Amino acid sequence: MPTKLLKWSWLAASAALLLAATAQAQITSYDERDRLNTDSHIGKYTGHATNAKEDYRRYCVGCHGELGDGNGEVAQWLDPKPRDFTLGIFKCRSTPTGTLPTDEDLFNTIARGLDRSNMPVWNTFTKQQRADLVAWVKHFSPRFQKEKPGTPIEIPAEPEVTPERVKAGQDVFARVQCWKCHGVEGMANGPSASTLTDDLSRPILPYNFTDGSRPKCGSTDQDIYRIFMTGLDGTPMPSFSDNIKPEEAWDLVFYLRTLQPHNTFNLKERQIAKQLGLKPVNPNAPAQ
Amino acid sequence: MTSPRRHFAGWLLCALFIAGALPQANALPAFARKYGLRCSACHEAWPMLNYFGQKFKDNGYQLMNDHDAPIWQNPAYWPVTFRMTPYWHRESTDKVAVDSVTGDATSAAREAQVTSHGFDLSGLDFHTGGTLDKNISFYLLPSSDPTGTFHFETVMARLDNLFGSSWLNVKLGKFELDNLVSEKRILTLTPISGVYQTYHFLPPGDANIYGQIGDNQLGIEYMGHSANDRTRVSAALLSTSDGNVNLASGTNTYTGFFAASQAFDTGKLGVQRLGFYAMVGEAPITFLTSGGVPVNGTGTGNKGFSREGFVGLFYLKKLDFLVVTQHGSDSAWFGQGFGNATNPFNGTPGGGNGGGLNCIPGTCVLPAAARAPSWNGFLLETHYVYSPQIVFIQRSEWQRVSQQAMTTNASSLGNTDMYTFGMRWYPIMTSRAGFAWHNEYSWLRTVGGSPVTGTDLTSSSLMSGFDFDF
Repeated sequence: MPTKLLKWSWLAASAALLLAATAQAQITSYDERDRLNTDSHIGKYTGHATNAKEDYRRYCVGCHGELGDGNGEVAQWLDPKPRDFTLGIFKCRSTPTGTLPTDEDLFNTIARGLDRSNMPVWNTFTKQQRADLVAWVKHFSPRFQKEKPGTPIEIPAEPEVTPERVKAGQDVFARVQCWKCHGVEGMANGPSASTLTDDLSRPILPYNFTDGSRPKCGSTDQDIYRIFMTGLDGTPMPSFSDNIKPEEAWDLVFYLRTLQPHNTFNLKERQIAKQLGLKPVNPNAPAQ
Repeated sequence: MTSPRRHFAGWLLCALFIAGALPQANALPAFARKYGLRCSACHEAWPMLNYFGQKFKDNGYQLMNDHDAPIWQNPAYWPVTFRMTPYWHRESTDKVAVDSVTGDATSAAREAQVTSHGFDLSGLDFHTGGTLDKNISFYLLPSSDPTGTFHFETVMARLDNLFGSSWLNVKLGKFELDNLVSEKRILTLTPISGVYQTYHFLPPGDANIYGQIGDNQLGIEYMGHSANDRTRVSAALLSTSDGNVNLASGTNTYTGFFAASQAFDTGKLGVQRLGFYAMVGEAPITFLTSGGVPVNGTGTGNKGFSREGFVGLFYLKKLDFLVVTQHGSDSAWFGQGFGNATNPFNGTPGGGNGGGLNCIPGTCVLPAAARAPSWNGFLLETHYVYSPQIVFIQRSEWQRVSQQAMTTNASSLGNTDMYTFGMRWYPIMTSRAGFAWHNEYSWLRTVGGSPVTGTDLTSSSLMSGFDFDF
């Protein structure tokens, strides 16, 4: 009875498919409902994802898209591209590379904006609105359901700037080959600069220390220090937490300040660089 | 000087003025295109700004993301936006003066209700604005009436963040005053509701057009704000010309405008804002004449006027409330129809915005019953923002004359009540263009405003149209 068998096989297969689809739909539905319950906790503020739905739709959806996948209607015109929240990968973190950011990291990113991108400074929101938006951003990625954020790195107290430290910072700059991307003068024109791509294979530029723009993840000395140690996930900027010691990271901060244009925050470093007659690193110098 | 016919003529001219000045609102897809943001990012419902849009404007049309200068734009980018509104409307006034015998000018006047309806056009707004370089921006708005006659509604350049401080910003040219509630971003469009009555009100007989803070003005303005725009201050020095060019008014007449506001973080409800404004100025009442006609720019004998009040923007989830109060006062001379003698509308003295009398030295005197007119206004506008694409609007405005220009006037003469209800639906919400289906009904009553009997005058307006910009 091959015909009858075939008929029953078809029926069984159809039923199995139907059952699987229903189960999948239920899982998706439960999953979605579960994710809509995502909260955030920033100091005394507790954010709820569902409270941010309207704000996200009003302010964010054009770039980040309804699904949070960075495919909003204008994404095609933007460079750099909007963040794909579904991946759960974020540049600006206080946590080690590869880990999820803390709620506070996302909270600060929303308020700070991301210079040299289309992400504005959203400090017009109340803190509660921002906390709600953090929860909404988290709800897009299953990572936040499965993983805990990393433990924020510790930043030791900032030492006094000295000529020795600035010089030592330059040595670190040469040793870990920052110049390969950022250029020997920090002008984002190193030999690798034009070849850089992000994790999604999209071209990306290194930071130019000399053009007066603000680093994306904050411009204080502590912010710069944090960037070395956490890296910018999703970009070619790695974490150097395994390569440089905390005091060396501070040295590097001081040296990088000498590359930035004259400003109130780097007067001392620039003065020291001038006194030392600091010249750009020589990439061809033998390794020490 | 204050006969019912003159009252009516004044109010009619006022209505025509208002109709001719349908709002030239500033909603710029050009900015949205530049930054890739949807209209809703900057507008509560375009053209009305939200807090983020206000901050963008206060920063000199910059997001402050180091990509604001035009050098970052694709060379094909052209910061231009057109806005126009085809619509159907019905206008009705219950007491219009007409001849008792049609065609017989000598017959006694009587009052008749006049209602007309049909399809129509707004004027065309041709916005262009943006940055010339980092922290240097401009705005140019040639605007037409429905017949296509253009004038410059806005022409200004501004310098922002001088010495790196958000507290030091300056603009020069013709611009909307830095008041919290901008008439140029009004959400209502009928001939009655297309302007804020509170910003234009004048008591019966008053001819001073220069205190209209809803109009764009010529001058220079200092603006300052905190980094997050919670605190805002501004001070402007303006020519007393109500934005009209060619120095038509006095020889040395200036007006000052001051505004300040503070926003408060109220958690889930959003950011609430409270502020005040004040305008203090002088305008001439005596002009040299040539062949009996007042000569532009020769005005002397300045008399004073002032407008001051509070503004508030309050948010309660999807509901928000916009509140404006105003106390206005004019010199008794303005109350008798003097001043504004070189206005293009001149010829109908003593009537609202219609132009004023020239005070000829030795011949003009104040009547014994003349007093400095003063009044109070209140505006409450409510928006229910169902979603960024549907907004319901209601506005009520009440104007009360607290001191009539003549002691012989009834105390309530000239008081007005205005109510409007509307709905705007934005079926598309992109960064490329804007489209709204606008529906609205407005109603206005003026106490003692009818032209023949001096009874209350009411008018209404109903409209439905497509408001679009691109």
